[in-house]
Formats: sequence, C-alpha cells, structure tokens
Amino acid sequence: MHDQRFHKRSIFLAAYIIFALLPIYWMVNMSFKTNEEILSSFSLWPQHFTWGNYLTIFTDPSWYSGYINSLIYVAINTVISVSVALPAAYAFSRYRFLGDKHIFFWLLTNRMTPPAVFLLPFFQLYTTLGLMDTHIAVAMAHLLFNVPLAVWILEGFMSGIPREIDETAYIDGYSFPRFFVMIFLPLIKAGVGVAAFFCFMFSWVELLLARTLTSVNAKPIVATMTRTVSASGMDWATLAAAGVLTIVPGAIVIWFVRHYIAKGFAMGRV
Amino acid sequence: MNPTEKPVNQKAWWLVLPVLLCVAFSAILPLMTVVNYSVQDIISPERRVFVGTEWFAAVMRDEELHGALWRQLQFSLAVLAVEIPLGIALALSMPAQGWKSSAVLVLVALSLLIPWNVVGTIWQIYGRADIGLLGHTLQALGFDYSYTGDPVHAWFTVLIMDVWHWTPLVALLAFAGLRSIPDAYYQAARIDGASKFAVFRYIQLPKMREVLMIAVLLRFMDSFMIYTEPFVLTGGGPGTATTFLSQYLTQKAVGQFDLGPAAAFSLIYFLIILLLCFVLYNWMQSLGTAHKEHAHA
Amino acid sequence: MAQIELDLAHAYKPNPQVETDYALLPLKMSFRDGGAYALLGPSGCGKTTMLNIMSGLVVPSQGTVKFDGVDVTRSSPQERNIAQVFQFPVIYDTMTVAQNLAFPLKNRQVPADQIRKRVGQIAEMLDMSHQLDMRAAGLSADQKQKISLGRGLVRSDVSAVLFDEPLTVIDPHLKWQLRRKLKQIHHELKLTLIYVTHDQVEALTFADEVVVMTRGKAVQVGSAEALFERPAHTFVGHFIGSPGMNFLPAQAGGGVLTVQGQAVQVPQGLAVPEGALKLGIRPEYLQVSAVAEPGTLAAVVRQVQDVGTYQMVTCDAVGVVLKLRLTPQAQAPQVGAQVFLHVLGPHTCFYKNEELVA
Repeated sequence: MHDQRFHKRSIFLAAYIIFALLPIYWMVNMSFKTNEEILSSFSLWPQHFTWGNYLTIFTDPSWYSGYINSLIYVAINTVISVSVALPAAYAFSRYRFLGDKHIFFWLLTNRMTPPAVFLLPFFQLYTTLGLMDTHIAVAMAHLLFNVPLAVWILEGFMSGIPREIDETAYIDGYSFPRFFVMIFLPLIKAGVGVAAFFCFMFSWVELLLARTLTSVNAKPIVATMTRTVSASGMDWATLAAAGVLTIVPGAIVIWFVRHYIAKGFAMGRV
Repeated sequence: MNPTEKPVNQKAWWLVLPVLLCVAFSAILPLMTVVNYSVQDIISPERRVFVGTEWFAAVMRDEELHGALWRQLQFSLAVLAVEIPLGIALALSMPAQGWKSSAVLVLVALSLLIPWNVVGTIWQIYGRADIGLLGHTLQALGFDYSYTGDPVHAWFTVLIMDVWHWTPLVALLAFAGLRSIPDAYYQAARIDGASKFAVFRYIQLPKMREVLMIAVLLRFMDSFMIYTEPFVLTGGGPGTATTFLSQYLTQKAVGQFDLGPAAAFSLIYFLIILLLCFVLYNWMQSLGTAHKEHAHA
Repeated sequence: MAQIELDLAHAYKPNPQVETDYALLPLKMSFRDGGAYALLGPSGCGKTTMLNIMSGLVVPSQGTVKFDGVDVTRSSPQERNIAQVFQFPVIYDTMTVAQNLAFPLKNRQVPADQIRKRVGQIAEMLDMSHQLDMRAAGLSADQKQKISLGRGLVRSDVSAVLFDEPLTVIDPHLKWQLRRKLKQIHHELKLTLIYVTHDQVEALTFADEVVVMTRGKAVQVGSAEALFERPAHTFVGHFIGSPGMNFLPAQAGGGVLTVQGQAVQVPQGLAVPEGALKLGIRPEYLQVSAVAEPGTLAAVVRQVQDVGTYQMVTCDAVGVVLKLRLTPQAQAPQVGAQVFLHVLGPHTCFYKNEELVA
C-alpha cells in the first residue's frame, strides 16, 4: 500500500467518523446539563456538569423499568428466533422437500412487509388473546421479522459446512439431537452469533409495534421516551440521558461480536 | 452447497415446523384479518357490509396517496444514490486488521444499534437552532435553517439523518466483501502495473457484487418502509412534505380509523414493495448474468 | 531475461540471535539468465519467502537482491519487471481472455496493434487461441492458470517468471500437461524461470537445477542427478527419492567399521572417513546377496511388496530399517530369510553432522 493512498483515505475516514459521532456527542453533552442550562446558553461542553439526569433515570421506576422491559422482550425474542431458526435452517441447507423453495422465499417476504401493515391486526389479535401489554406479545410480534432473517443467515453458514461431517457423525452412532448440539453447533457458532446479533439489533431498535402492544407493564424505553413533555415544556435533559443509555447495550453487543461482524455480514454467502 | 446434491427428504418438514408456526401466527393470522377488512365496510362492530374491491379502487384514486407514494419513491432513490457509493467509499477506507480495525468497526456500526426513535430525537435536537449544534452553527453562518418550517430543509434533514443512520450497513457489507479478496489479487495487480482505479474496477467491485446486491435490496426495502425516524423528527411536516407511505398508512389506520381503506392500502403497499424488490433483484442479476452462467463451466 | 543474484538473510525480528529467528538463514545464490530453477522443500522451509524477496513483494531484513548486477532490493515488482504465477489462478473475472492477456500491456501504453499481435502469439503458445473472446471467469482451473501465466509472458522484456506452487489446484491428470507446456515455453522463450514446490517430481522434471531448502536454509543446489547421487545433506537424501535414502549410524576407526555393534568389512580400495558417521545409501543402489561379502551387513527380510514397476524389500539390520528396490524380474528373498546387504559400495555417501564428507 502506498502512503499516498493511505493518507487520503485516512482523512476521509476521520471525516466520516466525526460526522458519525458528532450528533451522539451532542446528546451526551446535553445529558450532563440541566434543562435550565440547555435552554439558556449554548456551549460545546457542560458549564455546570451534573449527573442529575442519569440519577433521575436510575431512581425513577417509570424510566428504568423501560430499559428492563426492553431488555426482557429483546432477550425472549432472540432466544426464540434463533432456536426455531436452527432446525429450519438445517432443513433448508441439507434437504430438498416439497415446497422448500417457496417456503424459503415466503419467509423472506415477511421481512419485506411494512410493520405499519400489522399495526391494527396485531392490536386486535393480542387483545383477543389477552396478551396486550406483556413482554411476550412484543417478543412474538418481532418474530415476524427476526425469524426469517435468522433462518437466512444460519442457512448461509450451515451450507458452508460439508455434508461429510453429518454423515461421519451418523456412522459414528450419534443421534440427530446429539450430533446437532455437540458437533454441528460449535462449527457454526459464528453464524449463531451473527443471527443473534441481528435479532437483538432489530428487536431493540423497533418502536412502532413495541409501543402499540404495550401500555404500562411492559412499556419499553423507546415508548417512554416519546412522552417526555411536561407542563414546563420538553424535558430535554432527561431525554438526552435516556437516549445515551439506550446506546450503551448496543455498543456492548457490537464490541463482543466485532470479530464476527466483518465475517458475518457476508453471512457465509460471499 | 450445490442444490442438486441435496437429497430429498420430506421428513425435513418437521424441522421447519416450529418456524412455520411462529411466522404463521405472526403473519398469516394478521394478514387474513387485513384481507378481511379490506373488502368490508365496517360501519360498526355489528354492521359489516361486503364491498368487494371498492376500497382498493378508492385507495388507488386517493390524491394524498399519490403524493405520499411519489415522495416515497424520491426518498428511496435519493437514499440509494447517496448511501451505496458512500458506503463503498467508507469500506475502502476502513483498516483491514489490527486494533484499529476493531475500533473503527465499533464506531462506524454504532448508529445501527440506536433505537429508531432515539435517532429521530438525536437529530431533532441536533437540528434545532436554539439547542442543537447543527442548527445553531448553520444559523451562526447565516443560513436561515429550519427543518420545521421549510419543506426543503426538512427533506434534506431527513435524508442526512437516514444517511447517518444507515450508511454503516452498506459499509459493513462492503467491508466483508472486500475482506474475502485474497492478497494474491492485489499482488498480481501490482505486478501488472494496474492503477488504483483499475484495482477498484476490476478486482474489488466485481468481488463485492453479491454483498452490494444484498445492500441495495435491504436499503431499498427498509427506506420504503421507513416510519419512526422521520415521524419523530418532523412528524411528516411541514404539512405533508416529509410524509412517506408508512406514516400515511398509520394515519389512516390508527388516526382516522378507516379500517377498510387502511387494510386495502396495506395490501397494495406490501405488493408494491414485493414488485419493486422483484424487479430490482432481476435487474441486478442480469447485470452479472454472464458471470453466473459460466461460473460452473 | 535476467541473471538474479541473492546475498541476503531474512529475519522476523529486528535482532535475530538464534537460527529460529530467521525465515531465511544467510545465503548466497546466483540464478543464471535463462535458467530453469526449482525451490524445493517442505512447508515452512522459506521457499515462498525467497520467491517473494526475488519478486519484490518482500524486502529482506538484510542483504541485497541484484538483477543483472543492478541492486533492486527495494524496487517494486513492476520496477523489476518480473511476472508471478500464484497457487490459485488470479485473473480478472470481468474481462475476456484476450483482455486479461492485454492488461499488462495496456497499462504500459503499448499501441493497440502491437498488443493484439503479442496476445495472439502468447495465446498460440498456450493453446488458447480459440478462447480469446471467452469470459475468463467461465474457464476451468488449468485454463485460468494458463491465463495467469500468459499475463506474465505477454511482456516481451519480462526479466523472470516466478511460480509459487502453481499446480496446486490443478487436477492430477492435467498437471503433467501444464508441466510440459512450461518446459516448452522455457525452451522457446529462454526466460529465467523460478519454480517453488514441495513436490519433488515437479521440481526434478521441471528444473535444470534444484535448490533444496529446509527450515530457512538452502542445503543444496544442484542438478537432479547431483541431488540424487550425492546429496550434500541428509535432509536432501531423505527428501529426494521415493522412498528416500537409507541411513545407518556407524563408527569408523583403524580400518574397521562398526554399525550398531556389528562389524562391517571395508572392501578393497574404498576410503572411509574416521569417527562417528552416518552412512547413506539409496534403495535403488542397495544390493543384496545371500552370503556374507566384504562391505555387507547381515539383515532379516521383513516384507516384500510388489509395487508393479519394482519390488520393495524391507529389511531389519541391527534394529535399523533398510529398504531396497529390485526389478520385477529379480528373485526376491523370502520373508524371514537372512540376507546380506551391501551397505558399503561406490554409491554410499558418508555424513558427519548431517553434512556430506565423502
């Protein structure tokens, strides 16, 4: 690599990273100010640094329960999505069967459906089932989008493992469940990681369905944040702090799967 | 895996059953409801009249819908036009190995994991003249910037917000594609005396073909379905300047409670996406058809 | 076409102390203009590193590389005007065969009609004239390798063509075809060719001279015959030949040679060095007789295998396994029979500290 090329690219990269981080920095900046300071003066860093906003969130149940609720249904959804996707992906990867291509395509089309289309039907469905305002309702609603994605990703990874491994295991006397758990899963753990990452990502960030299906008990943080107007006007400071805290789980997750991201985005297919 | 090598086994259906149950529950039941509503006039929970395709016809004639559809198409095309080249450029400038690679990866991917309403909120704050860095700076430089008042400003803000939010997805996909190129190709290109642009055009771009296709499809689909971010940022305004299809649908369904037309539109919406994706996919395949045909000579 | 001189070493770390710090131990070697050479050795012996130093993809940590007397140690591969063929075919997928071959010339602004002529010539040489307008991506592996090779040959002033195990991905039945083609090209174009491989058959059939390497060290440079007859190092004896050379630890002193306690009478006229030795004798040259004679060692036959083109007899002599080859027509001894092996003869090599002394 010639130094010239590096130089230009490094500048471009630095410029982009600044572009990417500046809005986030601004929100962090605001989260350490009070509402008074925000509205009265404009500064690049807090003049009167305060932890107050974060304190509010950690002590006020209506705030922190939002995070807990979100984490709960995201976790439930990720576990279910990946668990049901694993056997299905195996089937698509290893066998041909009646309607296999059609089902696979149909699964993918679910990913193409605007969530807005399902607003009302979901509302009615879950009300009928008495599951409104529960974590499981949101977890199940998100299955619609995450399961096809998980199947798609896992199938790609599984197709990269030669059939001979399956056959050897059968010859060696492994039953299918034992083979799957003890031999196959470790081989595709990168794929499982990637699938779980995407499921987490989508479920964590989604607002429309999460808000529609919850009201009090399972209210996710994303919904709480859309209602921060009080009599004294917009509570920018607390809102900013809440926003910063929603980025934290995401950052942690990316850090853990960073090695798989580069490989995994190719989804084993490239 | 070569599809013709796979054995036929109908028992594989058992493995697929859990998935089918989940998705059927989440998809088919609601979809049936939607179809149901789309062909009825629900005057009250007791009084329902079958109206056939009346709602579909009404929806197709709806001027507001045409407006939203047109704005949506413009938006999605603009999004693709900016995010794809920018994402590729970003991927080309990201380091391939070492701690720097991990650090850059995390920083770049951060925006993908922010809840969509928080994305809207971030930019809502950022763009305000009184408390936002961007708004304040632009005002100080003399621009009369207002994303709440001026439709053009609102458009640009929504676009930049989406670029900020989603370009990393394209970049990460392209990055993965680039990593799959063995060193020997670059070495051979050096030996052949190829220019940097030739390396990009003849080695990097072809190898990234498949991932880029995924990127284009994903970005198109998702931008066509976008709801939360613009809603939080501009609420669809000023007026209807930034009201795209999803918001239009939600307004109709939840706001105005016109179940019939909303349901009819839902189906049409879904079909439009399906159709456009199909067309896009085939077009991209045809761009590289000869490549694929000879792949297993 | 150039003469390449190497006088260098390459270490992983800035201050190499012991042998294992080096990828290439200090060496001095000369490849004459127009010669065909092979770098032969097991994986990790440094042959690919040496090749990359010659091509310019790696700069040696110490020493120089000279092309026709000009120091090119820090020059790029382009500046050295070399061509390199890699383990797997490296072609430009989106171009046709003709465009692939023309690419290096286009980059040098060669006029179009000259390009066409040259491409036609090279395609003819590679038996690819009828495929010039086909998309390169759709061809088989061996054809793609020919294109890779062709791109290297298309420049008429190319100084040397370097090969890094180029037949690795080629089907076995096509390998010998490509090898023959390479020899043909060498004959016609008289280029300096340097070929890295771990396959001795490839090396010995392709090259005029072979450099045998192990663990960063070039242990012998010589023709196939020299390597076979007089391996300079026990490694060479062991590596070349199928199976490799037989080795016997021995002690010589005062005209008497003892092998693992057994005395071996030294035949008349054979000079044997003194001290602790290793005897090396190839299975092809190990004679067997039924009776004790000067220079023989008693052994018991363990196994006789009919391999088709020869018979392989495995014997056990004082705990050391020795193998010998017999023609299919020869009468092989019975398993379990006691025989006498001529371990001392004109083809025996004597080694001290793994190096050839006599």
